[in-house]
Amino acid sequence: MMPLDKIFQALPADHTLLMTRQLCKAFGETRAVDGVDFVVREGEVLALVGSNGAGKTSLVNLISGLLQPDSGTIIFQGRDITRLGVYERIKAGIARSFQLVNLFDQLTAFENVRLSILSRQGKTRQLLRLVDRDHGVRQESLEVLDRFGLEDKSHLLAGALAQGERKLLDVAVSYALNPTFLLLDEPTSGVSTREKSTIMDTISEVVKSGGITAVIIEHDMDVVFTYAARIVMMHQGRILADGTPDEIRRNTEVANTLLGGSFT
Amino acid sequence: MPAAAAASPLRSLAYAVPVVIILLMLPYVVTPYQTILMSYGLIMAIAALGFNLLLGYTGLLSFGHSAYFGLGAYVVAFMVKYLHITSMELFLIGGLIATLLVTAVFGIICVRYTRIFFAILTMALSQVVWSLAFKFFWVTGGTDGLRIPTPTILNGLLTVPKNKIAFLSNTYYYYVLIVFIIFVALMWVIVHSPFGQALQAIRDNETRAAFLGVRVRRARWIAFMISGGFTGVAGILWAPLNGLTTPDILYWPFSGEIVFLTVLGGFGTFAGPIVGAVAFNYLKTYAVGLTVYWQLLLGSVLIVLVLALPTGIMGTLGRLTMTIKGEEGK
Repeated sequence: MMPLDKIFQALPADHTLLMTRQLCKAFGETRAVDGVDFVVREGEVLALVGSNGAGKTSLVNLISGLLQPDSGTIIFQGRDITRLGVYERIKAGIARSFQLVNLFDQLTAFENVRLSILSRQGKTRQLLRLVDRDHGVRQESLEVLDRFGLEDKSHLLAGALAQGERKLLDVAVSYALNPTFLLLDEPTSGVSTREKSTIMDTISEVVKSGGITAVIIEHDMDVVFTYAARIVMMHQGRILADGTPDEIRRNTEVANTLLGGSFT
Repeated sequence: MPAAAAASPLRSLAYAVPVVIILLMLPYVVTPYQTILMSYGLIMAIAALGFNLLLGYTGLLSFGHSAYFGLGAYVVAFMVKYLHITSMELFLIGGLIATLLVTAVFGIICVRYTRIFFAILTMALSQVVWSLAFKFFWVTGGTDGLRIPTPTILNGLLTVPKNKIAFLSNTYYYYVLIVFIIFVALMWVIVHSPFGQALQAIRDNETRAAFLGVRVRRARWIAFMISGGFTGVAGILWAPLNGLTTPDILYWPFSGEIVFLTVLGGFGTFAGPIVGAVAFNYLKTYAVGLTVYWQLLLGSVLIVLVLALPTGIMGTLGRLTMTIKGEEGK
């Protein structure tokens, strides 16, 4: 592992929010993440692209704490979080959504969001207070649902919502944690093209107005070019290209991979 | 589903008040035997309510709740035998402290696991407690058990009838009923608290709950202690009612009974375990009276239950009312 002082020397002078250094994770013989140096700057919306198995989700899993890296370092806001647990990372301001919608299906949409807020406020330890009596939390939950256009669905069980709504609710639940850094794993997978733009417009608006830094894993290159200011492309566990949408378009190496991949 | 149920205290009271009125009048309308039978039912209901905080709300099947029930009962017996205490209130305090201490330790071990591993661990630990009661007969009385005399209520403030039957079917029945009401209300608040919401979230999706900053293991541990505590209180109340405590109540088939009656009532509803406990109590009492093959009868009920009514009595009733309301709406 690299000594910390060296890492700080290597820190770019601009507003780096997150940085990984030589991050590695292998599953058996497969190097899912292979020496990745990944930098996210404050306030940017970054798209993480690449074919299936490129290591995008693994990278997000490492950053969010779902997986522990084999080696390498993760620095968030100048602090080494490599060995921190999920709970500490959330307290530090890192939230994520999941590729396969990951909700509490037997709770209503409202209750899903409310739990986030309760948790953020440290209220999930309250045993002898009726949750319905907490009007502040109730109000905030409804506001979050409103931002995501789900106010009409608040009383429905999460399991009964349509796929597009579930995708939005998944993001809303993470957003309700008030994160500084939001990792979204394929927020538009499995929905129709028309719904994709609705979902991405909503996410984009919410992220920008909240000053949230976001990393979005996305397969649809139209979506990527429309919504991301920066694109990082992964291939076989490594970062293959990193730049603005225009730079990425011009990058023939990437174009070849794209043509060879599933993006055509 | 517990989550979808209305959390309005008023609506819940609308159901609870008539039931409480009937229970209050019971000693005046039925025989002392029936009243005592109901005491057993209410006590098992407290145990089942505790058990269901884990099964219905947290998604953990404990197969070792006999340990906490038995612990409550044995602590009462020990307090009588070794400390010569007769105060029911001291029994409750002492028994509850002992149960919480044991569940705290057992909980730390068990909540590291879920599903079948959790069930097996809880069962194994309860068997340890059972074997202690069984083997250390010079302390516990072994299979002969320990006797528990009529306790004093509220430090003698309440005059207790000399006649044991009169005491059990009247004074003690009301005592049990009051404790029952307090603990039902307490559990109702817990499952409708932010903590209760967190438990249901953990039940539905542990990973996501963790990614919302819910400390999953800690929440399970606290739920485990509350659950054991409730079942312990049931054991404490049961000891003077039964007058004798034997290792049977620590043995694993008793844990099975708690599972059975909760499933019978419906573990997906708040009231299910209460209804199941009372119903099972009658079922078992009359089955035993009816035939020596009573276990066969209970087994058949269980099979029918699992196959035909997997949501239990309350779950099925709830569905029926929904259907009827739906029909009326058309």
